[in-house]
Amino acid sequence: MNLEAIGAIYKYEMARARRTVTQTIVSPVISTSLYFVVFGAAIGSRIQSVGGVEYGSFIVPGLVMLSLLGQSISNASFGIYFPRFTGTIYEILSAPVSPVEIVLGYAGAAATKSVILGVIILLTAGLFVPLHFLHPVWMAAFLVLTAITFSLVGFIIGIWADGFEKLQIVPLLIVTPLTFLGGSFYSINMLPRPWRTLALFDPVVYLVSGFRWSFYGIADVNVAVSLAMTALFLAISLAVVWWIFRTGYRLKT
Amino acid sequence: MSDIVEIAGVSKTYASGFTALKGIDLTVRRGEIFALLGPNGAGKTTLIGIVCGIVQASSGTVRVDGHDIVSAWRKARSLIGLVPQELTTDAFESVWNTVSFTRGLFGLRVDPAHLESVLRALSLWDKRDSRIMTLSGGMKRRLLIAKALVHEPRVLFLDEPTAGVDVDLRHDMWQLVSRLRDEGVTVILTTHYIEEAEEMADRVGVINNGELVLVRDKADLMREFGTKRLSLRLRRPLAAVPESLSAWRLELSGDGGELTYLYDARDARGGIGEFLERVRAAGIEFTDLGTTESSLEDIFVSLVRRRP
Repeated sequence: MNLEAIGAIYKYEMARARRTVTQTIVSPVISTSLYFVVFGAAIGSRIQSVGGVEYGSFIVPGLVMLSLLGQSISNASFGIYFPRFTGTIYEILSAPVSPVEIVLGYAGAAATKSVILGVIILLTAGLFVPLHFLHPVWMAAFLVLTAITFSLVGFIIGIWADGFEKLQIVPLLIVTPLTFLGGSFYSINMLPRPWRTLALFDPVVYLVSGFRWSFYGIADVNVAVSLAMTALFLAISLAVVWWIFRTGYRLKT
Repeated sequence: MSDIVEIAGVSKTYASGFTALKGIDLTVRRGEIFALLGPNGAGKTTLIGIVCGIVQASSGTVRVDGHDIVSAWRKARSLIGLVPQELTTDAFESVWNTVSFTRGLFGLRVDPAHLESVLRALSLWDKRDSRIMTLSGGMKRRLLIAKALVHEPRVLFLDEPTAGVDVDLRHDMWQLVSRLRDEGVTVILTTHYIEEAEEMADRVGVINNGELVLVRDKADLMREFGTKRLSLRLRRPLAAVPESLSAWRLELSGDGGELTYLYDARDARGGIGEFLERVRAAGIEFTDLGTTESSLEDIFVSLVRRRP
């Protein structure tokens, strides 16, 4: 294992995050804070509690997931797309670095940034609403697993994209709608029957539900199912990444 | 001198159906400077890309210092440094960070003393904290060379290393390449500047339409394919070449004032002494003479034009 290479990629990506701290940290924290103000304080005060949890607190796990998914994808996709765009990918492909090491470097850095962001958002949320962590270990597990999974998804998008527009298509047209419809702001049990059944096809439902359970002990779906689905998404992402490197898809001609 | 790069039967056909390389067989000797010459689209960069692991060969094998680039890719790649043709850099990063990054990719810890020596050798030390976007084109080219050298490779690929750089920098790079050769580094370069190959290379390979046309020691190539010219400035212009000299390969200038004898080193009749005696015997007087020989560029052009 070329640990120095993993470290080099990881540090390089973390240094990029420090250079763009406004984009990677400040901007999502401000956006999420505005959600708390609008949905928590303004509208939330007129909504009765959900599952015995005050609405402002209820939406915290969903909002963290919203940022976590978006930033994981954004960080990882840009991280690998940028060297492809500039041509500097040649030095990674010609170096004695294995596909696993490349992914560990890029996706590891993206996941780290996302987890840091998630923790900052949680701390920020604590300024607006009361928070409870019934299962902190599981909360950390869901946070880290989700960050890793969606960093891998971002990595895949960064390999697939052949322009900056495509880099934005999946996060904006697929991930964000799925997150909004995945129970970030409500319990899917509040939906009428056909919509509730349809919502179960939204993978984000399982992520948000499991994450929310770790806070308040309430969930839309069984927590074991949430965990299994999160692991399944991770396995699918790993399989796609493995296929990319095996075939050289969009990396080698 | 043993071989450090062994390329056997390497072909490459892209997904589009375009065949860039057709069964290339080539060995590069340890410690030599090998120039790979060819027109645009000949397959030079594809061949380098395959050896370096960037392009997947359709068939054939490549070994670097005995290590197969597929089955022992990690060892093979660790021996190679690559300077790409394009000025591909991360514009927002500093010089120091980018060379440290490259060294890390090759599994080596940052060695400040070594990085300093590489940056000083390429006149980049004063720019170590500068962002790459602030560097001139020539400095970016030096930086790419620094990145290729920072892990102390045994084989260095230079793909058009002096494209777009000024004369001074080009000569600096030639000196650097000579120093590397003295240190035992094998250098394989592609270039459009034939004089560059003529100046530096020990051996020359000519590639055209994906085929390796020939590989020769540079001196042998010049001897084998080169043409020499002996020009005589005549005291009195001639209307035509005299019949007594018709057996010689001669050209008469349009004004009849200059007679040129073309010969090559392999030609048994190549001695100019006999020719000059025949000229004198023919009653031709001359006021001046001079000799020139064809450059590697002339040879290259004739080789490439000779084949479809």
